[in-house]
Amino acid sequence: MKKPNIKSIPYEEFKDNETLEALIKEINSERTNVVVGALDDLINWGRSNSMWSLTFATSCCGIEFMSLGAARYDFARFGFEVTRNSPRQADLIMVAGTITHKMAPVLKRLYDQMADPKYVVAVGGCAISGGPFKSSYHVLNGVDKIIPVDVYIPGCPPRPEAILYGMMQLQRKVKIEKFFGGKNHRAKKGEMNNDPIIVTNAPIIDNEKLSKE
Amino acid sequence: MNPIFIDIKEFPQRMQEYKDLKGMDFLRELIGMDWGEEGLGVIYILENSDTHENLEIAIKTTDREHPTLPTVCHLWSVAELYEREVYDFFGIHFTDHPDMRRLFLRNDWVGYPLRKDYDESEAINPVRMESEITEDVQREYEIKEEAELKKINAQTNRISGDQYVINIGPQHPATHGVLRFRLALEGEEIRKIDIHCGYIHRGIEKMSEKLTYPQILGLTDRLDYLSAHQNRHALCMCIEKAMGIEVTDRTQYIRTIMDELQRIDSHLLFLSCAAMDLGAITAFIYGFRDREKILDIFEEVTGGRLIQNYNTIGGVQADITPGFAKKVKEYCEYQKSKIKEYNDVFTNNIITQLRMKGVGRITLDDAISYGCTGGTGRASGWACDVRKRHPYAIYDKVEFKEIIYKRGDCYDRFKVRIDEIKESIHIIEQIIDNIPEGDYKVKTKPIIRIPEGQYTAAVEGSRGEFGVFIESHGEKSPYRIKFRPMGLPLIAAMHKILKGTKIADLIAIGATLDYVIPDIDR
Repeated sequence: MKKPNIKSIPYEEFKDNETLEALIKEINSERTNVVVGALDDLINWGRSNSMWSLTFATSCCGIEFMSLGAARYDFARFGFEVTRNSPRQADLIMVAGTITHKMAPVLKRLYDQMADPKYVVAVGGCAISGGPFKSSYHVLNGVDKIIPVDVYIPGCPPRPEAILYGMMQLQRKVKIEKFFGGKNHRAKKGEMNNDPIIVTNAPIIDNEKLSKE
Repeated sequence: MNPIFIDIKEFPQRMQEYKDLKGMDFLRELIGMDWGEEGLGVIYILENSDTHENLEIAIKTTDREHPTLPTVCHLWSVAELYEREVYDFFGIHFTDHPDMRRLFLRNDWVGYPLRKDYDESEAINPVRMESEITEDVQREYEIKEEAELKKINAQTNRISGDQYVINIGPQHPATHGVLRFRLALEGEEIRKIDIHCGYIHRGIEKMSEKLTYPQILGLTDRLDYLSAHQNRHALCMCIEKAMGIEVTDRTQYIRTIMDELQRIDSHLLFLSCAAMDLGAITAFIYGFRDREKILDIFEEVTGGRLIQNYNTIGGVQADITPGFAKKVKEYCEYQKSKIKEYNDVFTNNIITQLRMKGVGRITLDDAISYGCTGGTGRASGWACDVRKRHPYAIYDKVEFKEIIYKRGDCYDRFKVRIDEIKESIHIIEQIIDNIPEGDYKVKTKPIIRIPEGQYTAAVEGSRGEFGVFIESHGEKSPYRIKFRPMGLPLIAAMHKILKGTKIADLIAIGATLDYVIPDIDR
């Protein structure tokens, strides 16, 4: 079986290899052409080493994400250093922080605006399940309720090392994907509610009509 | 705390008198209250900015259907947003308020969450996935004789149709979080600004009403995560004051050192982010490099990097480690040498100076009226440091200067913070060598109950005054808890600052005001 390789960390040292292997099995259930398979590997090598994330931070986890970008942790070593402010140019969205009721449609809209293939990383307790604010009236209990999540990084907030580890897990996921023929692991239509959200413009209110009311 | 209750009819005149005759020009807090049977009300905490004398006023109405109270936003400008918050949470209408609508929650939210009879069920307020419609219409209300509100007219008064509107946020790197501005432009100039908050409103105040006091401590760190120590310090201080717990000297020293380290940490992050917003990546890297050294100290003592959960009722969670004093002293020496580097690389850069000098001025009167405490207020010449005004911990025993600038522009706001790093180092150096021996924590009862009454406490957070108000009915959890956000007054003042400035200056102004959105939204 094809095993995704991360430089200087042995395959066995990663946690949750079972899920990844099940995924590989599913993707490779149909046979692959040698030439096309080699092309896939080449594309995935390039993609996994230049993951561009959207700068999307709502609270504390965002500060740890900034630390990740600074001198000590320096995620440029892994090819994540380009952060994009526009969802159109981003490969992944890192949901760093609490998602509230008011923010939920905005997050969904940002996700919809991103071009495929796209990935979601849920950083911190709040994004995973609501975290310490689970019982609040205004907090969404987990972003996986509205968008499909690829990697969960627990912590409140997670240490920068944990975020790096999570990003490597995502790289491994990217490395096994297929573009030419065969199955792709992305959620299919119907599995997740992928309908775009309704975007309404501000209504034009007729003053005369209102004053008559 | 014993607020004086004033009758609604006398209220506007009395408030005017307090402001004009007694010089109560700073509205410290405006707290919405739900006293159940006794009705809904508001508590005002006023302060004289010269004598630092405080005055607590309260007002209430028994009408739960259509509660109306007179506004005070013509006296203190910050009340405009504070009253919108009260309307959002309690449904109290303020008569003559120019812009009465929700501040944090969606327009289509049902009910008023901080009322005691609010129904939290998911069925009433599900997660709505359609975009919120931004209403540009202000409804006017008329009070009929039977004190019933009636909608009579609607008029566009916020941003009218023929203005060019730009939407910034909630997902925008320069808003430092999830804040949304709607700007009406004329050419490059900003004519009107409409601020939408609440994208990170987590309802901490309502949640706290169901939690015990030690449980609430965990939430304060997540309000303004760059003043985690100070926030928690304020809440612990308030609870200790209410229960009559005397903390040891050792605790006071440790808390003071930690607060100052946190302040340096926050100001370094401010410097980094302000630099990055203006396009200087190098200064960002420098700031974060030095910030990591503080985080190392935090991690060694408390176990947490960003959120430390260190203060606790009656003391701190764990004693300082043996090498703590040495490490802190080493760090202070290191940091002093680096400040020159920031100035060389960023502050004295001609582009920085041109983009900051004379941009986004706040006058002294505006700063007080909007209640802009912290570095922003001090840059405008207002001596508003809580450490000097109402000393706590051991701030009355140490010698330090309150940094005050006069012009109140972006450059001064920036300089205040750079100088405050030096002052914080100065404070730490005075006390790091003589931390007294003793217990780091006094024993408290296993179940913490606060005696009946209202209590307040305030500390100087990293970006202003952070206050805590607790009303207790003698239970394990508070009846009402209110945190004074440091950032909301700054946001309120933005309207005034931005009018007539160029849109490119919005970035410099936003960066130097130094707000943190989770602290505004709570």
